[in-house]
Amino acid sequence: MAGVEELKTQIIDHFGVLLQHATVACGELTVTILPTDLREVCFALRDHRAFDFKLLVDVCGVDYLHYGIDEWDTQSTTGKGFSRGVKGFVNVKSPASSSRFAVVYHLLSLTHNHRIRLHVLLDESDLIVPSIMDIWVAANWYEREAFDLFGIVFAGHPDLRRILTDYGFAGHPFRKDFPLSGYLEVRYDATIGKVIYEPVTSVVPRVLEPKVIRDDNRYLSGE
Amino acid sequence: MTHSIPEMRHYTFNFGPQHPAAHGVLRLILEVDGETIISADPHVGLLHRATEKLAESKPYNHSIGYMDRLDYVSMMCNEHAYVLAIEKLLGVEPPVRAQYIRVMFDEITRILNHLLWLAGHCIDIGAMTMFVYAFREREELLDCYEAVSGTRMHATYYRPGGVYRDLPEQMPQYKTSVWHNASEVEKQNKNRQGSLLDFIWDFSARFPKRVDEYETLLTDNRIWKQRTVGIGVISPDTAIAMGFTGPMLRGSGVAWDLRKKQPYEVYSKLDFAIPVGTEGDCYDRYLVRVEEMRQSNHIIRQCVEWLKKNPGPVIINDHKIAPPKRVDMKEKMESMIHHFKLMTEGYCLPVGEAYAAIEHPKGEFGIYLVSDGANKPYRLKIRAAGFPHLAGLETLVKGHMIADVVAVLSSLDIVFGEIDR
Repeated sequence: MAGVEELKTQIIDHFGVLLQHATVACGELTVTILPTDLREVCFALRDHRAFDFKLLVDVCGVDYLHYGIDEWDTQSTTGKGFSRGVKGFVNVKSPASSSRFAVVYHLLSLTHNHRIRLHVLLDESDLIVPSIMDIWVAANWYEREAFDLFGIVFAGHPDLRRILTDYGFAGHPFRKDFPLSGYLEVRYDATIGKVIYEPVTSVVPRVLEPKVIRDDNRYLSGE
Repeated sequence: MTHSIPEMRHYTFNFGPQHPAAHGVLRLILEVDGETIISADPHVGLLHRATEKLAESKPYNHSIGYMDRLDYVSMMCNEHAYVLAIEKLLGVEPPVRAQYIRVMFDEITRILNHLLWLAGHCIDIGAMTMFVYAFREREELLDCYEAVSGTRMHATYYRPGGVYRDLPEQMPQYKTSVWHNASEVEKQNKNRQGSLLDFIWDFSARFPKRVDEYETLLTDNRIWKQRTVGIGVISPDTAIAMGFTGPMLRGSGVAWDLRKKQPYEVYSKLDFAIPVGTEGDCYDRYLVRVEEMRQSNHIIRQCVEWLKKNPGPVIINDHKIAPPKRVDMKEKMESMIHHFKLMTEGYCLPVGEAYAAIEHPKGEFGIYLVSDGANKPYRLKIRAAGFPHLAGLETLVKGHMIADVVAVLSSLDIVFGEIDR
């Protein structure tokens, strides 16, 4: 893995204003682009000899709805002591980013031994990103998966069906406002001799270890 | 009297989800013209458990065990990618001994995986004998898993910062029972007199001969070659475009292996070769995997030699991440607090994101981790090696016969635990 900083300079020189952001963290290059520029950037990353990202490693969605929000206030004690942190999240948008969703692409160049990560941020109101299936065939199932789990639409995908969830499933389960236990459960009803769907009653949502964010001084340099 | 030729129609049928050659719960909808495949549409997700979403609700260490259950025939390799991603964000490096132990168990896992793959592949094609041979060897390797972690499959042995505990000094032995008398047990325990490392050393000395046995049965076998040579051919360019990695890519002649190209742990210090194929058919993928078993065995021997000579810690000494010693916990206030905090809350990762990938027996297995500074992953994406392989199935089987679908499918080495996640 030679010269991630070098690659960053090359990418910045080549794409210029198309890049919203380019950062190197943990030895990995992350580049943020707009959905409208995605295809242009991808074509260049695949075909330009200096980049040669011929292998699409992964495509996935991320939902930033609860980003940076913890379940348990540990910063100050109260007269009543700590809560048990079982209330779960209130659905407020994270102040950290204005876009709720992101599609993340991981690319690999076999000839230069480079990796790059592309971020495409999306607003909840406009969850459409162009499909890159004609650039890398491998994107086919990954885009179907992101559509299934997050409801992100990949414009131009020839066969955008659900892939991991059940036939007839409603909703997008990996969104942060989708409950972990889901909405429906399945069981066999002996009285009518059929498998039926009904609202979840067998699982009571609870939090065993609350999500806690600590701004520990050990981590400050990592930001 | 008029004769009319009946209209010829393609026939569509289900392969699976309950079929032994489907390697789990794969529903494959095949459209055929006579015996020839026109299209193949895999329906996956029947084993979807939302591992990634479950991980978001748990402290980091609680999900290590879930990783075993992804690709449930290469358990420790899955854990490895997960702990590497955490270590990358934390910026910690495990002690060298832990790295050697991880590499050794990764390679043991690779042999385990390839043996099971070979057993399944043979049974699918109709060679029943191999199944028994492969399971004979797997038995001993699973005993190594058990000796080190207490379980034969879902080990939960790796930890961020090292491994859970050092290798045992005494290999567990069989005891007499109503089924086995003293002389039988003595025979069974013959290679279990020393430590785990002695046991592995003994196994690795015998294993190459065993691989020779498999090859005698298969490599020049006329029926075997008729079923695999020229079946499911994939060119290097197509394989790359479809996101293939691991033996699927190397079978087509691309010498890409993360252990060499982007070495993690101590792979750069070890001597081993990367086998590649030439044709990219099922037969080449078989040859590549068989040679990989030999190479893994070679790596294991190097690790055993090093581990015998170099005792030392197997997990980092930072008690914010790794729990303190049990004895200290009973005596020292600070250790007790560390233990309490780790068990009730875990540790927080710095804000950021990381992708860690390993050369899994099936290909590149990666973990993409997004952290918002909490004690739980904000988003965990598992890049399963088998997922793009199965996505490429239609390209591989189009134009082949129905029986070849079985051969191609098992040459992909798919496991639904990781594809459906």
